Amino acid sequence: MSLRPSLRGAKRRSNLGSGARAAGLLRFARNGGVVLLSSLLLAVPAFAQSALPPERYAYAPLEDSRQEAQAKALMETLRCLVCQGQSIADSDADMAGDMRALVRERIAAGEEPEAIRAWLVERYGAWVSYKPTVEPLTWPLWGAPVLLVALGLYLARGRFRWRKR
Amino acid sequence: MRRLFLWLPLAVFVVFAFTVAVSLRSPADTNIRSRMIGKTVPDFALEPAVASHPPLAAAHLRGGRPRLVNVFASWCVPCKAEAPQLMALKRGGVPIDGVAIRDRSEDVARFLADWGDPFERIGADPASRFQFALGSSGVPETFVVDGKGVIRHQHIGDIRPEHVPEILAAYEAAK
Repeated sequence: MSLRPSLRGAKRRSNLGSGARAAGLLRFARNGGVVLLSSLLLAVPAFAQSALPPERYAYAPLEDSRQEAQAKALMETLRCLVCQGQSIADSDADMAGDMRALVRERIAAGEEPEAIRAWLVERYGAWVSYKPTVEPLTWPLWGAPVLLVALGLYLARGRFRWRKR
Repeated sequence: MRRLFLWLPLAVFVVFAFTVAVSLRSPADTNIRSRMIGKTVPDFALEPAVASHPPLAAAHLRGGRPRLVNVFASWCVPCKAEAPQLMALKRGGVPIDGVAIRDRSEDVARFLADWGDPFERIGADPASRFQFALGSSGVPETFVVDGKGVIRHQHIGDIRPEHVPEILAAYEAAK
C-alpha cells in the first residue's frame, strides 16, 4: 500500500504547466532528487484500486461494542490476501476492506468468530489465519520451546552442582 | 563425546545457512490457491453487472457443459492484457462467464468496448463476496467449472498466450 502516496504525487505533478514542470524537474534533479524521481516515475501500482467507495463496515465499527471487540480481535488474526504481510485490520486494500465488512456483518448476524475463520480457512487454507493451529505440521513449533528449556536445564545442571561444592 | 558436543553449534549454524541459501535461490510461491478446487461452487445469484449481459447464478454453472468463470475488473490492468486470450478461447468454442469485482456498470461497458467481449453472462460482485466464496484472492483469476458446477481448475493471474493450452486441456478434461 506504500505505493499509493507516490502515485498521488505523480498525478499532482502532471497537473502543472509543462514549463513549470520542466523547471521544477531541473531544480529537483539539482537537489539530488534523481533517485527519488526515477523511483517515482518507475513506480507501478502492485494492484490497482477500484472506483467503488469502500463498504460501510470496512471502516465503520459495529454499533454493539461487544460485537465490535469480537470482530476486531478476529480481523487482527486474519491475513490480507493481496498485501500478504498484513492483517486485514491493518490494510487499506479494497479487498481487505471487503473482508472486514464480511467479518463485521457476519458477527452482527450472530455468527461465532471461529466459524467465520473456519469458513475462510475452508476457502484459502490455514494460510489466511494468523492463529497457529495444533496439528502434526506445527508440533515442532509447540514442542521446540519445551525442548529448548529442557536442553538449557541440562546444560545449567553442571553449574549448579559446582556452586554447591 | 564432549568434543563432538562442541561442534554442535557450528553444525546447527551450517544447517541454518544451507537452508537460507537454498530458500533464497527459489523464492516462495506467493500465489494463494483456492481450496475450493474439486468442490461445488456454492449457491449464489449475482446482480447484472452491465445491461448488455444477463447476470450469473449457480444454476448457469450446472448446465451439463463445462464453462470458464473469469473473475475480472475494469480497473485491473492485467485483465486488459488477458483479453485477447479470452477472445481466442471464445472463438475456440469455450463458453466464458464473467464476474466483475467492485465495478460500476458504465466502467464494465467501456472495458468490454475497449478490450473485447468474450462473456455470455456477467455478474456483479460489488463487495467481493462471491470472490471470497470461490476462494479467489485477486483479479484476474479464471476457474474451469464442469457441467455439475464442480471447480476443476484455477488459473491465477492473467492468461498469457502460453497459458492457453493449459486452460484448454483443463476445459477438455472437465467434459
